[in-house]
Amino acid sequence: MSEAMRPETEQDLAEAIGSAKGPLALRGGGTRGVGRPVAGQVLDTGGIAGIVLYEPGALTLVAKAGTPVAEIEAALAAEGQRLAFEVPDWRGLLGSEGQSTIGGVVAANASGPRRVQAGACRDAALGVRFVDGGGTVIKNGGRVMKNVTGYDLVKLMAGSRGTLGVLTEVALKVLPAPEAMASLCVGVEDAGAAVGAMSAALGSPFDVSGAAWRPGRGVLIRVEGFAASVAYRAGRLEALLAPFGPVEKVDAPEAVAAEWAAVREVAPFHDRAGDVWRVALKPSDAAEAAARLGGDVLLDWGGGLVWALLPDGTDARAALAGIGGHATLMRASAETRARIAPFPPEPAPLAALAQGLRARFDPRGILNTGLMA
Amino acid sequence: MDLPSPNPAILARKPAILARLRDVLPSDAVIDDETETRAYECDALTAYRCPPLAVVLPRTTEEVAAALKVCHDEGVPVVPRGSGTSLAGGALPTGDAVILGVSRLNRVIEADYANRFVHVQSGRTNLSVTGAVEDEGFFYAPDPSSQLACAIAGNIAMNSGGAHCLKYGVTTNNLLGVRMVLMDGTVVDIGGPWMDAPGLDLLGLVCGSEGQLGVVTEAWLRILPKPEGARPVLMGFDSSEVAGACVADIIKAGVLPVAIEFMDRPCIEATEAFAHAGYPMCEALLIVEVEGSEAEIDEQLGLIKQIARRHDPVELREATDAAEAGRIWLGRKSAFGAMGQINDYMCLDGTIPVSALPLVLRRIGEMSQEFGLDVANVFHAGDGNMHPLILFDANRPGDLERCEAFGAEILKLCVEVGGCLTGEHGVGVEKRDLMGVQFDGADLEAQMRVKDVFDPGWLLNPAKVFPLNVSAGRRAA
Repeated sequence: MSEAMRPETEQDLAEAIGSAKGPLALRGGGTRGVGRPVAGQVLDTGGIAGIVLYEPGALTLVAKAGTPVAEIEAALAAEGQRLAFEVPDWRGLLGSEGQSTIGGVVAANASGPRRVQAGACRDAALGVRFVDGGGTVIKNGGRVMKNVTGYDLVKLMAGSRGTLGVLTEVALKVLPAPEAMASLCVGVEDAGAAVGAMSAALGSPFDVSGAAWRPGRGVLIRVEGFAASVAYRAGRLEALLAPFGPVEKVDAPEAVAAEWAAVREVAPFHDRAGDVWRVALKPSDAAEAAARLGGDVLLDWGGGLVWALLPDGTDARAALAGIGGHATLMRASAETRARIAPFPPEPAPLAALAQGLRARFDPRGILNTGLMA
Repeated sequence: MDLPSPNPAILARKPAILARLRDVLPSDAVIDDETETRAYECDALTAYRCPPLAVVLPRTTEEVAAALKVCHDEGVPVVPRGSGTSLAGGALPTGDAVILGVSRLNRVIEADYANRFVHVQSGRTNLSVTGAVEDEGFFYAPDPSSQLACAIAGNIAMNSGGAHCLKYGVTTNNLLGVRMVLMDGTVVDIGGPWMDAPGLDLLGLVCGSEGQLGVVTEAWLRILPKPEGARPVLMGFDSSEVAGACVADIIKAGVLPVAIEFMDRPCIEATEAFAHAGYPMCEALLIVEVEGSEAEIDEQLGLIKQIARRHDPVELREATDAAEAGRIWLGRKSAFGAMGQINDYMCLDGTIPVSALPLVLRRIGEMSQEFGLDVANVFHAGDGNMHPLILFDANRPGDLERCEAFGAEILKLCVEVGGCLTGEHGVGVEKRDLMGVQFDGADLEAQMRVKDVFDPGWLLNPAKVFPLNVSAGRRAA
């Protein structure tokens, strides 16, 4: 097996792809390996790195795809700003190692608890540059928030996990980091009641930025902003949630951060055996889904996201038949991932569209071949 | 601006095509009477008109599919239409095209407050979507100024924005799913009342695709709880540079207003003459609005005023009640009407990085002298979306052409400073021929590949978005 290729420029990357003799296994930080096992010459994107432009007053940051997320988060924090969609660190969950890159985050549309309020990574992505499977450099979008010039290939590239092209640069909308935050914990042990509590909170005008349920701990509701505003909204939410169970308020910054890091990183599933599934559905179906799945669960996005830890080799989709939404197999042995499609199988017309897009963006089928099949 | 010539073979087969459409649709859903089809010869880009071959107004997804199958079989181009409010010619037909209007698909199918979504038929107007959920304390956030009339279908086609989009995003950030009919009649559901795409983000691709990938008949939309309240503050400055610096400082201070509107002197003067809102006569005016409880609003406005004072405003006016808030907004909301009273005008919507505003305004002022046409500027200062309003006289020969040439130079400047051709209205026909300013051949080819997949025959709205010479090889002869 030859060494990993690690181009230092977009042009070098384009040439490497254009002249590739066989399948390429793309690697950013290597921390978010989800999907079918992929074979091929490793193509490492970490050499194409660096912040290109950062305008705090315009809420805009442009960076090369191989830039470590940590570098970007530090640069933003220094100006009192952040990536609002909350990049999740999945190394503990997936048992991976490495430094997550911003290109990998966009390619995986990796978004944390705040997605329920601030949108996902794809909603913050303003522009991309990428190299397609033929070695052609393509750009789409730009660096401004309002842009409806032509088709939105930025959204198409977000979450495409390298199968349509390799990102070389991304432009992102950033937001102010809050002055203060608070987290409420409501003692609720029943999934249905938990979703009821989260729906009440998210349906209120108090601008909730996180709504999750950790069985054994309770429903977690987060508010962020200016200090007086946070105190006011936390107080209003305490009253609103009291009927659901005892409410405890956490407002020490480190404690709130730790509470939500545990949700974001799916801490309850670390260092435990079993396969990890991630199910997107209507919150009101979450309790039913959890009951049918039977394993340990963690709810996020107000119940719109169900993380489940199940015995090795379980096909969660069989249990969830008839419930609207989709399930992704996030962590399992290579053997299981070869047998059970990690990405949700789609109805024939949609599968045909996806296949058509892949055939045109990667005609030789060399980019992360079969990853999302 | 050129349109492809109508295909004579289609024109020759018109009676047969109409008969086939009438075979599969209720009789009142197919219109070919000349006076009736005239209503569909243009949208809000009224400078360009062309009567279509026929108009089809289905009431169900099945009828849409049946109509598309006939047109697909006959090789007839189809131009989808919501309410026809497009400012870019998105619904402008060619003489051989069938207009497929979705305005009769206007029901609310389901409003689900616990799960915070509303499921509607796509012909429903934008404002009436909020209308359907506001009694329960919810609203649908994207609010283009045409929202009384514009349809969700059009909002999805153009990825429409609105005053609320700095805080709440545009249509694509509030769209959960669509039911769409492909040109061959296949019905697909993309997304639904849950978050994130299962695989490729086809929903994100469809939004903003200007009716060229399919006809959306239903949509699942995110609804949000209404904030407790909102209040504006008005600030006048003696230069656009200072106004721009003030905006940057407000954002850097961590305040996220729900709207930041900028107007320049020509706009202020015309608006004041028309609406008498009591605006200060100054170089640049900002209206900033924040949301929350009374106390939260007070805190945010306190910070904003403190920041504004550091920039020596010539006027600083906070609304103390709803009537004053109404007066602060009155001028801004009347601005386009005020300009229209003076003159015909062309409204552009190029976007620029917010830091480039002073430079761009200076250059627009210089170009105004060169072209001999006056310009007034409205600007969404939070997100960089400009609305230069170029005044011209439609009755004076050559004025429209001069106005378009001036507009093209402004849009090229927007791209030059790192922005884009269109922030809200879409490409349609209006900016089609400028696409090469923003994109190179490979960029356009990548976008056209997407249409090749969804509509291999290039029958859906084929004369839009891509310059005609660039798309020639793909379109029907």
